[in-house]
Amino acid sequence: MSNKVEKDEITGTDTTGHEWDGIKELDNPMPRWWLWTMYASIVWAIGYWIVMPAWPLVTSYTSGFIGYSSRGSLEQELAKATEAHAQDRAALVALELSEVKNNDQLYQFALRGGKSAFAVNCSQCHGSGAQGAPGFPNLNDDDWLWGGNMDAIYETIKYGIRSDHEDTRIGEMPAFLTDEMLTKDQINDVSEYVLSLSEDRKDMAAVDRGQEVYAENCAACHGDNAKGGREFGAPDLTDAIWFYGKDKDIILKTISRGRGNVMPAWVDRLDETTIRQLALYVHSLGGGE
Amino acid sequence: MVDSSVENIDVRPVNKKENRALFEKREKIQPKKARGNFRRLKWIIMGITLGIYYITPWIRWDRGESGPDQAVLVDFARERFYFFFIELWPQEIYYITGLLILAAISLFLVTSLFGRAWCGYSCPQTVWTDLFIFVERMVEGDRNARLRLDKAPMSISKLSKRVLKHSIWLVIGVLTGGAWVFYFADAPTLLRELFTFEAPVIAYSSVAALTATTYVFGGLMREQVCTYMCPWPRIQGAMVDEDTLTVTYHGARGEPRGPHKKGEPWTDRGHCIDCNQCVAVCPMGIDIRDGLQLECITCALCIDACDDVMDKIDLPRGLISYDTHVGQFDSNPERKLNIRFIRPRTIAYGLILALVGAVMLFTLLNRSILDVNVIRDRNPLFVTLSDGSIRNGYTVKILNKIHETRRFLIEVEGLKGVQAWLESGPPLGLPMLVTVPADSLSSYKLYVSVPAENLDGKSSDIDIVVTDFESSERDLQASSFKGPDK
Repeated sequence: MSNKVEKDEITGTDTTGHEWDGIKELDNPMPRWWLWTMYASIVWAIGYWIVMPAWPLVTSYTSGFIGYSSRGSLEQELAKATEAHAQDRAALVALELSEVKNNDQLYQFALRGGKSAFAVNCSQCHGSGAQGAPGFPNLNDDDWLWGGNMDAIYETIKYGIRSDHEDTRIGEMPAFLTDEMLTKDQINDVSEYVLSLSEDRKDMAAVDRGQEVYAENCAACHGDNAKGGREFGAPDLTDAIWFYGKDKDIILKTISRGRGNVMPAWVDRLDETTIRQLALYVHSLGGGE
Repeated sequence: MVDSSVENIDVRPVNKKENRALFEKREKIQPKKARGNFRRLKWIIMGITLGIYYITPWIRWDRGESGPDQAVLVDFARERFYFFFIELWPQEIYYITGLLILAAISLFLVTSLFGRAWCGYSCPQTVWTDLFIFVERMVEGDRNARLRLDKAPMSISKLSKRVLKHSIWLVIGVLTGGAWVFYFADAPTLLRELFTFEAPVIAYSSVAALTATTYVFGGLMREQVCTYMCPWPRIQGAMVDEDTLTVTYHGARGEPRGPHKKGEPWTDRGHCIDCNQCVAVCPMGIDIRDGLQLECITCALCIDACDDVMDKIDLPRGLISYDTHVGQFDSNPERKLNIRFIRPRTIAYGLILALVGAVMLFTLLNRSILDVNVIRDRNPLFVTLSDGSIRNGYTVKILNKIHETRRFLIEVEGLKGVQAWLESGPPLGLPMLVTVPADSLSSYKLYVSVPAENLDGKSSDIDIVVTDFESSERDLQASSFKGPDK
């Protein structure tokens, strides 16, 4: 590369001396607006370093003059949102749950809050549409293990089912085979009987034998008419809704091994307003009593 | 002796192609004041356009209790657009699209007939720049005085003129931005709030932003906005043809140009005496004698300047005039303008205009005052109830577009044994009667259950009917009812 500056003949502009395959780069100045934009950006960047969190240090970072942090700003906004709804939140706690529906504005507030709290806390087991899954009740239907009015739902959410809270609801499906309370044949008979409550069965002898086994072992919780018992969370065995699925193998397994699913107690994790919002939301899903 | 009645001006068309370098600082254009018919027309149009802009938000229009009384209002908070008797909801935004199409096609039509009439007379950039130049002339004097002032060393007098000029510009800027925000809120209320510092931050920032753009575009950047920023000068070439009227220098008559002494014969030379008056008045810094060029906004001030000169040297007017492309080659000063207004291009634009206008007018006159939307729950798709029947959930949204409260009856039809109830409504079995407040949208959660044996498959048709309880206006929404696989 020579030191002599070469001029481009056509434009009369100096070249930079760089050449690629016969194409030479002209040494035109930067457009002024471009330069000024770049200078302004530099000034802005320096100002930004001073004012905002910018440089990582070994264990911390430069926090900037105004002490901004995205976490802090989120906390502020959450606090602001809570504060903005303070009146509604207080009213929700003060009223009986069944009274909330009389105040449409408050009710809608509760449903909105309930919906978002449900998505965060409940949907993992009950599904995002509250449609449930085998072993996790569908909250849209009209079949309730522990009661479907607002207060019953509220209590279930607050203290849970078989949870570690002292006020929890408890009921247990015993493991009749594992604990040697029934024989395999008896379990087969009683499952035939249970299925016969909602559909026609072929082996009526087994159904009849099963009815006797049922009366002695199951009726205490599920009721003489097998309509279930909310005191123990015992499901209705005559309806179209099956907690673990309508399949003989599943029923055999349930009777043999027992069941004992857990719903956590939310009283220590969510505030009173949120639990109430959740109760109202779940109640509104179509099956509320 | 050079004809003494016409001043020969030493002026360089700074935006002439050969004079313009990309990397040089802009040379300021100091347009000389023009006098004549087009200048008068421009003053009148400036008065009308600025008048419309400033007065419109203050026109009142009675809409009863539930609507604002401002004739033209873009109400973001309530999601409404009001224009006199027209009221638009967000879902009717296609009217705005229609309006924009009308505006664009009108622009095309005007351009194909009269060239860049929009640029020369009514574009806000032109109107405000004209206003800013007027202020500049009032404070600092006409072209020559301004040039002298530019060269003069800084003094109290120069400084005070500069400060006064920029102050007035800024005031105009503030007023421009100040008028803009009135289109988005109740004007009298907002005006009071602006002065008592109670107006929303967005109002102040809008005023500030528009003050800045008005000041910078009208005062400092001027013709650069048209030449470098605006896409229209580049597009408009597609609408112009040989029959389009544009500002035209009649080269055949004017050339060869040259200085002319009084009494000299006009034989063997053109009518252009090279006085440069046309260049001096040009706000775009070009020489119209170079022909039609991208920078020319056809403001026609060069026509006024040249006609003035022609009068003084006793030649017919119209060396520069509105003419078609063909006209510039006609050397006859008495040439009769023969414009073909009716051409395939203008017919096409006219037809599109009429069509879009008719469609918009028709839809506007037949605009419904009730809108119903039914959204079926997708999660869960359906719910099995304890008696074996299947339930679906729907959200029914009812838009009451008039300024009166209305009552509606919701009914579900189309499937045997259907039962329907509202989540917050009368108990099952009673008619689902709902009240929708004036000018608003209400949303209802509707549950529908059907015995499983009445469903034929995964999806059945179902109709949700909303009827105005008083007027019996009906809206039927076809939806589907989902069930398990059979």
